[in-house]
Amino acid sequence: MIWQLDLLILLMVVICAIATITIRDLLGAAIVFGAYSFLLCLLWAEMGAVDVAFTEATVGAGISTILFIAAIFRTTRRSKD
Amino acid sequence: MKSLQALAKDGGGDNLILQTTIRLTVPFIQLFGLYVIVHGHYSPGGGFQGGVLLGAAFILIALGYDLPTSKRHFPVRTNAILANSGALIYTGIATLCALLGGYFLDYSILTRLLPIDPIEWRSLGIFLVEVGVGLGVMCIMLSLYWDMASGGQMEEGL
Repeated sequence: MIWQLDLLILLMVVICAIATITIRDLLGAAIVFGAYSFLLCLLWAEMGAVDVAFTEATVGAGISTILFIAAIFRTTRRSKD
Repeated sequence: MKSLQALAKDGGGDNLILQTTIRLTVPFIQLFGLYVIVHGHYSPGGGFQGGVLLGAAFILIALGYDLPTSKRHFPVRTNAILANSGALIYTGIATLCALLGGYFLDYSILTRLLPIDPIEWRSLGIFLVEVGVGLGVMCIMLSLYWDMASGGQMEEGL
């Protein structure tokens, strides 16, 4: 547990979270959400919860990003609001 | 900005660099998935994470090539059979423990079937259950992707 590293990763997690809900392009939002999941995985691995970090890396950054892209493929890329 | 559907129709799936990279990395992803399942009971990981990794390898083939190629590598019928047998392995072993007189998922009672040490049966039983979980999760992840990418038609899609 290095608190400087924790703070740095947490700052990047918050930036990615705000970017995800601000970006209009849905494909870009899905990719930034993947980056958010990966940073959260780093945070959990750094805090010592390796099993949770592993699940976050496989499900959050891997499968859910792909499923978001598959869902965007059935709709339009540009968000209306 | 071009729509995703137009990009996919322009032959976006015929990228040589992408396809060669996928062909080279998929065996290693599958090997790592098997490693995570087999070592799941005494290190981080387990049936769920390993199954997701194995499913992601097959989804990578479907993403880089197209849906028919993915279905040729891993037929829909095999997918259904493996997913159901994975669930059957889990519940079968758990119910077998209950039928032999122990609790649900109490592997040490399986020593009545094959007389080895009950402690070793606990280790072996959780390994067998995780193989079932891994099979089920792998097939369900792949069929989730197939259904979402093709709108349930399973014919053409991303």
